[in-house]
Amino acid sequence: MGEVLILVDHVDGKLRKTTAELLTIARRLGEPSAVHIGPGAETAQVTLAKYGASKVYVFDDEAALKNLVAPQAEVLAAVAAKTSPVAVLIPSNTAGKEIAARLAVKTESGLITDAVDVQAGEGGPVANQSVFAGSYTVKSQVTKGAAIIAVKPNSTAIEAAPAAGAVEKVEVTLSDLATAAPITDRQPKAKSGRPELTEAQIVVSGGRGTGGDFSPVEAFADSLGAAVGASRAAVDAGWYPHSNQVGQTGKQVSPQLYVAAGISGAIQHRAGMQTSKTIIAINKDEEAPIFELVDFGVVGDLFNVLPQATDEVKKRKG
Amino acid sequence: MNIVVCVKHVPDAQADRGFNESDNTVDRAGVDGLLSELDEYAVEEALKLAEASGGEVTVVTIGPDQAADAVKKALQMGADKGVHVNDEAIHGSDAPATSLILAEAIKKATDGNPELVITGMASTDGTMGVVPAMLAERLGLPQVTYASELTLGDGKVTIRRDNDANTETIEASLPALVSVTDQINEPRYPSFKGIMAAKKKPVESWTLADLGIDAGQVGLANAWTKVVEIAKRPPREQGEIVKDEGDGGTKLAEFLAARKFL
Ligand SMILES: Cc1cc2nc3c(=O)[nH]c(=O)nc-3n(C[C@H](O)[C@H](O)[C@H](O)COP(=O)(O)OP(=O)(O)OC[C@H]3O[C@@H](n4cnc5c(N)ncnc54)[C@H](O)[C@@H]3O)c2cc1C
Ligand SMILES: Nc1ncnc2c1ncn2[C@@H]1O[C@H](COP(=O)(O)O)[C@@H](O)[C@H]1O
Repeated sequence: MGEVLILVDHVDGKLRKTTAELLTIARRLGEPSAVHIGPGAETAQVTLAKYGASKVYVFDDEAALKNLVAPQAEVLAAVAAKTSPVAVLIPSNTAGKEIAARLAVKTESGLITDAVDVQAGEGGPVANQSVFAGSYTVKSQVTKGAAIIAVKPNSTAIEAAPAAGAVEKVEVTLSDLATAAPITDRQPKAKSGRPELTEAQIVVSGGRGTGGDFSPVEAFADSLGAAVGASRAAVDAGWYPHSNQVGQTGKQVSPQLYVAAGISGAIQHRAGMQTSKTIIAINKDEEAPIFELVDFGVVGDLFNVLPQATDEVKKRKG
Repeated sequence: MNIVVCVKHVPDAQADRGFNESDNTVDRAGVDGLLSELDEYAVEEALKLAEASGGEVTVVTIGPDQAADAVKKALQMGADKGVHVNDEAIHGSDAPATSLILAEAIKKATDGNPELVITGMASTDGTMGVVPAMLAERLGLPQVTYASELTLGDGKVTIRRDNDANTETIEASLPALVSVTDQINEPRYPSFKGIMAAKKKPVESWTLADLGIDAGQVGLANAWTKVVEIAKRPPREQGEIVKDEGDGGTKLAEFLAARKFL
């Protein structure tokens, strides 16, 4: 079986859930190896081995993460040149897709982004994508080079499968071009204490219907241990940070449960949440298009419905 | 400052978008198209920078005949000239091929010396958001993408980029490639004057041969990926919808309990 590379998704050495998801998927396609770029490889190694990484390729040079994406593509290309992998799996977030893009050009390999599932198939991995705001499901394959596939978070249930996780250092000299877009400042986002939007099992979002008061949305989210999202209308109005925007130009989420409160359900909003497993909406207007998608809908005022639901959830949870 | 902006003509997201059954490519003829809304931000940013520094804005598009409308709209907004790369062999090209053609078109439009290339963050049909990074790779330019703010000065471009964990400031010397998000500005509407003026602006039409690209490098048959199956998602089954009569919240909680979310 051929080697399958996965790019480790971490923030300052702390692994994100997608890493274990990518390893779980990689095992369907071949023998997984993890590529860890940046600090924290020693601690990460334990988890990477637990989820099936036979090898852990490590490149820990400050410059790699101090410049935008290009260095990471160079490191991956170097590892790919040595290992001739059958596939390279990368998290399908903004930076991940750009790393994948550059890697595809460097290695003359086909690229699939935004995969929501990947399975082994005849002639290589088959990736599922949800396109046109979720109205179509497309299965595709890479026909040239290694299959470079950017996979969305929450695309699979993670399973442990211990492997060696042998650490191997990667020697690459980064090009001048790779270090030509330095990140000169990095301001951490204020932490909300809630789960990260794209990783959350439950997301509760508010829109223009909140009139700027997100407190019932947040209270309901907290009763469920959920992340909070927002429509672009709410973000544009300055009621909630852009990093919480769900939709085409915000985050694409695919949780077990998505709750839309005071959101009409415009196509661009749907593009970010339509693959959620269960969808609930609360909206005053029974004609709102969001109701076309829901498993459960309440036609009513969110300022009445959400607080009542919050109390009831708390009561039931004890 | 001479600026090149890449703009794409896409099927209208409000329309019933679909695929050509014969070859699984996006249906670009049966659905009304328009300049990708996310590329309007790129055009606007280019116009603002050119207005401030004095310079020309050239818009480049790759696409079939109707893609000329995307160029026209950008010219109406105020861009100075257009380039439309149109060749039957391009049909069905994937992102690596698109970026290859765009790179050659940008070189030709700038005599091999682009100063600043601006793109949208993603096209609204493919939504891959990969062409800008590929272009940077191919052109050998610093990649400064997903700009929510941009400043230009001293031969340098500085942007703000937001990601999950933090907000970053990124800097690069010109020439550079920039992609912009929908947070960066408020695109202008073409004025009557702009619409009239656009009619006289030059638009060049180039084929693959004009760019020295072999047809065997692009198009559906030479794509590095292939679509094996397309299925229209069955409409979600209409769920239960209740009117709030003072117990809407309780009913919602009951639904959550029934679905084992509590
Ligand atoms: C290029 C482009 C990209 C875009 N990207 C995104 C994106 O990423 N994400 C996104 O969300 N949008 C995006 N949009 C915008 C999108 O088209 C809509 O404008 C936006 O989603 C509307 O937000 P909304 O549903 O909150 O507001 P509205 O459409 O105004 O809907 C508000 C809803 O709240 C209901 N309501 C009002 N008061 C109450 C109350 N007290 N209780 C219950 N319900 C109430 C109303 O009935 C209405 O249905 C994009 C648009 C473009 C052109
Ligand atoms: N056919 C095309 N013609 C011109 N520009 C394009 C084309 N395809 C993509 N682009 C540019 O690349 C950006 C990202 O596109 P994509 O990677 O397809 O999501 C767009 O916003 C455009 O600026």
